Amino acid sequence: MTLASLIAIIQGSVEMGIIYAIMTLGVFLSFRTLNMPDMTVDGSFVLGAAISAVLCTNGYPVLGLIIAFFVGCGAGSITALLHTKLKIQPLLAGILMMLALYSINIKVMGNKSNIPLNNKPTIFTPFEETAVADYIYIILGFAILLGILALLFLFLRTRLGFVLRATGDNENMVRALGVNTDITKLIGLALANGLTALSGAIIAQYQSFADVGMGIGMVTIGLASVIIGEMIFGTRSLLHRLTAVVLGAVTYRLVIAFALELGMPATDLKLISAIIVAAALSIPAVRNHINFTQKRIAAAKRNKGV
Amino acid sequence: MKKFLAVVLSICLLAGSLVALSACSSGKSAGGSVKKIGIVQIVEHPSLNTIRESFIEQLEKNGFKDGENITIDYQNAQNDQTNLKTITKKFVSNKYDLIVAIATPSAQAAAGETKDIPVLFSAVTDPVSAELVESLEKPGGNVTGTSDVVSATKIMELAMRITPDIKTIGALYNSSEINSISVIDELKDYAQNNGLTVVEATVTSSSEVQQAVQSLVGKCDAIFSPIDNTIASAMPVVAQVANKAKIPVYVGADSMVKDGGLATYGINYPALGRETADMAAEILRGKNPGDMPVRTITEVDIYINKATAEEIGITIPEDVLSEAAEIFGE
Repeated sequence: MTLASLIAIIQGSVEMGIIYAIMTLGVFLSFRTLNMPDMTVDGSFVLGAAISAVLCTNGYPVLGLIIAFFVGCGAGSITALLHTKLKIQPLLAGILMMLALYSINIKVMGNKSNIPLNNKPTIFTPFEETAVADYIYIILGFAILLGILALLFLFLRTRLGFVLRATGDNENMVRALGVNTDITKLIGLALANGLTALSGAIIAQYQSFADVGMGIGMVTIGLASVIIGEMIFGTRSLLHRLTAVVLGAVTYRLVIAFALELGMPATDLKLISAIIVAAALSIPAVRNHINFTQKRIAAAKRNKGV
Repeated sequence: MKKFLAVVLSICLLAGSLVALSACSSGKSAGGSVKKIGIVQIVEHPSLNTIRESFIEQLEKNGFKDGENITIDYQNAQNDQTNLKTITKKFVSNKYDLIVAIATPSAQAAAGETKDIPVLFSAVTDPVSAELVESLEKPGGNVTGTSDVVSATKIMELAMRITPDIKTIGALYNSSEINSISVIDELKDYAQNNGLTVVEATVTSSSEVQQAVQSLVGKCDAIFSPIDNTIASAMPVVAQVANKAKIPVYVGADSMVKDGGLATYGINYPALGRETADMAAEILRGKNPGDMPVRTITEVDIYINKATAEEIGITIPEDVLSEAAEIFGE
């Protein structure tokens, strides 16, 4: 591997990682703060990409991102309503919404399953002729990510934000305090899917296409990124956790780039993501089991001593 | 009294169903001359749409006009395999006279659904590996059609005319598409016979394409991608990464050149559609599909993307340019 190709790989991974980090923040919101695995993500990611592609084709790339965010929020709200008002299990509510979005996404793209965006204006086009053209994806992506990170951090520190985080930790306690958890879940899932759709919208403009199959496995990718981030960078404070999520998304892309570089077949990627997520999620259970066994051994020793 | 009522009711029912039945059969005999054709297409795709349009046009020239002596029911599965099943099931249960299946998955779904109704496929690269026909010369069952195979050898010959210094070829494809695998196998044969090396990068969905191409950068002198639905969908990002690294991308379809690939020998899709329509006309006149050899198209055209060539700093030889059927990005 030459230095130039190494740099290219790292640059590509960082670009993708930054954009996917926005989706990962969404998954962090639903999965970590609300404690709900939200399958809607697979659909809302494509929803964002589809809206963005259609609006780019008509010449409104920036508007595409904004509308994608709000429509994504809408999709998340519907999942939340299916769960809270119609009492459908959260996992199933997400799967149903994901399924519905498949049809909706094709409709949004004008009954096509793919929109290429070659030579269409995107948010990156105005900078193509400037000196920073090579790094514009990183610069612009990072600027958007930083803005979102700041807004999300401020929001999660408001009263509503605290309640949102508490809902995931202990819903019954929050209810006992007289807070309507249905509303906090609605806001949480709406935001989560809004961010996911925004991420899909930027990816579509970055990769110059929207495809109905581009959302497959997004939930696992998001979860794997969140978990990798937490494992490597820790979970001390809120700011620390949010940063860890972003770094996790970039790390995930780097891991995949190097795995591919070493010649791992792409068909194994999903298996490896699944193993990473399963391994990381099982850590608390394994730790408990080890602690318990150690206590028993210690107790047995004490009893013998008596 | 109750018993009497029941008898009367059953007689009424029986009479009613008899009338309905006779109405049905009379309707059938009246519509006997109007043949029903079902067209199933896997996805909205420029090349596939061209095949369908020129098929319908040529069929009309052969004396079969939609709405007059035939009815055409066109269905698109929007790239969802489960839809294919629903569509072909409908065609079979409505007893259509001919099913036209565009692209491999559609053909496989239709062939799996019926062993009696003639199935005519188009744009299937390798009908034998797809288990649609027993052999190209003698299909055997109720399935035959036209193949859109453009040999990897032919495309590589074009590649060698444009960039003769290629030593290592990066093969980019979806490992779950059977069409792609047979073309890649041929590429490997070609490489072996000509002292070239092949490195592979496979994907399973369009979201993985960018990093797969990135993994080929620095490892190969040119990228080859067959007619692969997944790569075709993500072609803009393939071009984006490869052009930046100044690697030529040779592809298997003209639409992929339009979306940023450097060059291809492409099937002439209108010709493919017309050939399929000629076969359809023969089947509608009573010929047995099992006896009709699978046809391949000899008309292939060169497609070039000049914008891509300029971006990666390659000059296309004049003789290639003059042969090109279409030059994109001018």
